[in-house]
Amino acid sequence: MRVKLEGDIADVRVLIGHPMETGLRKDPKTGELVPMHFIKTVVASLNGNPVMKAQWSRAMSRNPYMQFRVKGAKEGDEVAVAWVDNHGESNSATSTVPAAR
Amino acid sequence: MAAAILLAGQLALTGSASRADTTPAEDRRAFVQFFSERFPGVALEDYVYGAMIANPGAREQYEQIMEFPPFIGDIEKGKQLWERPFKNGRSFADCFPNAGHNVVGHYPLFDQARRKVVTFEMALNDCLRSNGEPEMAYDAREPMGVLTAYARMLSDGMAMNIHVETPQARTAYEAGKALFFRRIGQLNAACAGCHLFNAGKTMRMEIISPALGHATHWPIFRGGEELMTFQGRFRRCMEQMRAVPYGFASEEWNNLEYFLAYLSNGLPVKSSVFRK
Repeated sequence: MRVKLEGDIADVRVLIGHPMETGLRKDPKTGELVPMHFIKTVVASLNGNPVMKAQWSRAMSRNPYMQFRVKGAKEGDEVAVAWVDNHGESNSATSTVPAAR
Repeated sequence: MAAAILLAGQLALTGSASRADTTPAEDRRAFVQFFSERFPGVALEDYVYGAMIANPGAREQYEQIMEFPPFIGDIEKGKQLWERPFKNGRSFADCFPNAGHNVVGHYPLFDQARRKVVTFEMALNDCLRSNGEPEMAYDAREPMGVLTAYARMLSDGMAMNIHVETPQARTAYEAGKALFFRRIGQLNAACAGCHLFNAGKTMRMEIISPALGHATHWPIFRGGEELMTFQGRFRRCMEQMRAVPYGFASEEWNNLEYFLAYLSNGLPVKSSVFRK
């Protein structure tokens, strides 16, 4: 996750490592369908308060990259991005807003 | 103009050896002169951006992607491979000066004792072999590909500094140059036909990159995902010319890499880059 501060807007970029399988792809070696495995919900928070909720589907590609901007941020605030996938697995990352450049 | 005539003379001798009466330094100067006329106003160090020197819009998008490239995970994997100690306690850093920093600009080098060109990937395998570890396959994405994705970055910014000093090294250099100018495959095309004489022009909806700068920027991540080493690109190119590719770490490809790296002397190394 990379966070930049421009004025009072935090520009957040996050790269999530996830296979994002659609369930429609066949394994090239076995010929079997690779089961669906994709992120369903993403929640971005600023200092613990949710600022963005996203509902993703299997249409998102592998290793999704997301960028969003949050107004009302200042240096030292904590940005968190958490996701849950269709298997119930989850992960999250946090980053502190740096000084404005 | 003199540069173009000199270089055209190399291609005219199809099938036979290219001219060996020009020194490597003269060859390099001829290439630089030729491209400076073809791409006026492009700084020498910008040739590491390949086809993007002829497409400012692409270069801008490239810079945006490189701020947070999608292949960060692969570089991280490479870092773990580089730092993991061997069974005997040593690690890759022990096999190179400066713990592996600022070494890639010297590769490929000519190993006078073994009488052959040694690429950086071969040096990594030499390190494994001398420490009793199994060697890596040159065409495998993991571990060799991702390892080089990290290991080469330790030399980023270093100026390419290839030496051709002994008669044996010169022979290898000339063999690489001959392959560069030789027509191959069903399409009967030479590397020089595209990457020298038609650099900057469009073919198959892509801008052809100049050979100057080719050796500096590996591995590439095509589409941000497909990791390709320099010799991996040789394979793809030869397949596209409908020629039977030589093998990874073959004498032919090692000599070609040696020639191309010498041409890029002075240009900065920039590893693990995004390409379309």
